[in-house]
Amino acid sequence: MEQSVAAATVTPPVSSSSRNWSEPLAFAIMVAALAIAPLYIYPMFLMQALCFALFACAFNLLIGYGGLLSFGHALYFGWASYLAAHSAKVWGFPPELAILTGTLTAAVLGLVAGSLAIRRQGIYFAMITLALAQMMFFFALQMKFTGGEDGIQAVPRGRLFGLIDLADTFNMYVTVLLIFLAGFLLIYRIIHSPFGEVLKAIRENEPRAISLGYKTDRYKLLAFVLSATLAGLAGSTKAIVLQIASLTDVDWPMSGEVVLMALVGGLGTVFGPVAGAFVIIAMQTYLAQVGQWVTVIQGAIFVICVLLFRRGIIGELAAYLRIKL
Amino acid sequence: MFEIFGIPSQALFSQLLIGLINGSFYALLSLGLAVIFGMLNIINFTHGAQYMLGAFAAFLLLQYTGIGYWPALIVAPVLVGLIGMAIERTMLQWLYKLDHLYGLLLTFGLALIIEGLARNYYGSAGLPYQMPEALVGGYDLGFMRLPIYRAWVIVASLTVCLATWFVIERTRLGAYLRAATENPALVRAFGINVPRMITFTYGFGVALAAFAGVMAAPIYNVSPQMGSSLIIVVFAVVVIGGMGSIMGAIVTGFGLGVIEGLTKVFFPEASNTVIFVIMAIVLLVRPAGLFGRRA
Repeated sequence: MEQSVAAATVTPPVSSSSRNWSEPLAFAIMVAALAIAPLYIYPMFLMQALCFALFACAFNLLIGYGGLLSFGHALYFGWASYLAAHSAKVWGFPPELAILTGTLTAAVLGLVAGSLAIRRQGIYFAMITLALAQMMFFFALQMKFTGGEDGIQAVPRGRLFGLIDLADTFNMYVTVLLIFLAGFLLIYRIIHSPFGEVLKAIRENEPRAISLGYKTDRYKLLAFVLSATLAGLAGSTKAIVLQIASLTDVDWPMSGEVVLMALVGGLGTVFGPVAGAFVIIAMQTYLAQVGQWVTVIQGAIFVICVLLFRRGIIGELAAYLRIKL
Repeated sequence: MFEIFGIPSQALFSQLLIGLINGSFYALLSLGLAVIFGMLNIINFTHGAQYMLGAFAAFLLLQYTGIGYWPALIVAPVLVGLIGMAIERTMLQWLYKLDHLYGLLLTFGLALIIEGLARNYYGSAGLPYQMPEALVGGYDLGFMRLPIYRAWVIVASLTVCLATWFVIERTRLGAYLRAATENPALVRAFGINVPRMITFTYGFGVALAAFAGVMAAPIYNVSPQMGSSLIIVVFAVVVIGGMGSIMGAIVTGFGLGVIEGLTKVFFPEASNTVIFVIMAIVLLVRPAGLFGRRA
């Protein structure tokens, strides 16, 4: 009954040798592109896109490899963003500690929400994560420190390790790029570790994984916490980069947006969420004039992707080139 | 005027009434979700948008054709139900063989489209909808004033819920439906047109949501975002009740509405979150839901 996400999406069988070169090559191209990009593209856009790319990768770890659709990932992104902003602005934390505070907050929230959500499977899992996120949205709305409708504004970027002034755009860009690459490589490592293999086995057939003696709940919970933590890292970094944490980051449309990014790029592909995040953020930035239509366009992209384009951009590309991406 | 637990009875009973009203909407919507999920194996994220469409249909019918509340109670759900059936035929039917989550994603996208369009053309502000004349005013019950319209909403939705339960659990049509939920291939082999049944089931579930929308229109204003926050609460209601039982959905819907209303009296800060907290507790104590069967 639980068919996998990937069974419908993932690339056709690939010869084992192609795995050795296609992913590292794509990684090298990505790093090179991101290194020269600020010469041609507005750096604020790039930094924002990188934060969302990390967010989408974290989300994809859960759905693409664990087969678990979380519809409430704004919870970890948004709350990490609040805590990072608050600790930097009010407690005067340096940026590295502020980001750490936000990330740890997301880890704790992920542990609590995850241990509740994994008690149900499939479609219920999505509804539970959405409902828990909505609950925490109301808390954010009511609590004093979040600033309600105003959010936390004018968050200081500070000096990294007391040395590097992040108010400088170049320094900030390099920092964000390094954080993104660290998170990306960690996710890559997780996917290709024995833990990641068990996760994929659970995605494909959970009862069989249980019969083989795996305590699947533990694997699912750990994947959930890892995903929430990395989403928190993305949210904290975003708070420092854009110098704001607001209700938008914890509200349900944000949860939908990250799903859309991963879907557009390709669920269960390594590079898909990165491509998806850049496409969606570019769309929001350059279509800002048309205002309200952005929601309609996003909805239309959802519908088109699900009906015609389930592999996403990178998934289609990988299938066409017969490589793994 | 007497007091209960230090709360004036007037306040207590009026919140209880509001709770029952909200409960009626929870019950109607979660019932529709459960019926749709049973047949289509899809969680209909568009449900909130379709509830909103019902209210908008009533509003537009009055605005442009002069069709009033009473005919709109039938016409609006039928119209929205037909749109739902068109959606099922053109899009949802291609997803039945795939993982559940694609149905959720597709219907989420549809909800974004419908709500975005409504917001583009009618703005975020609510549009007022006149209460029908026959239901204006209220009774004085001695301990509280009972507005007639609110009493009508509770009676009407309870009637529709129980009628739905009766049709599904006690009639031949319902028996076909339940059989097709369990084993569509076998039911098809008996010569019943299951795909058509699925289309009508989706249309019916959607019509229930639109019916709730029409009834909500005079109470709340008609606004594009009226459905999106409601649907998330209804998801929590569905998790608490479990989707296995029709009666379970009805009881859970009304019960949680009442609990939410009481929370507004005793602990107003928590009234937005109480249903989610209950969901968390139920997950800890009875993971399958109050009326759910363990999968």
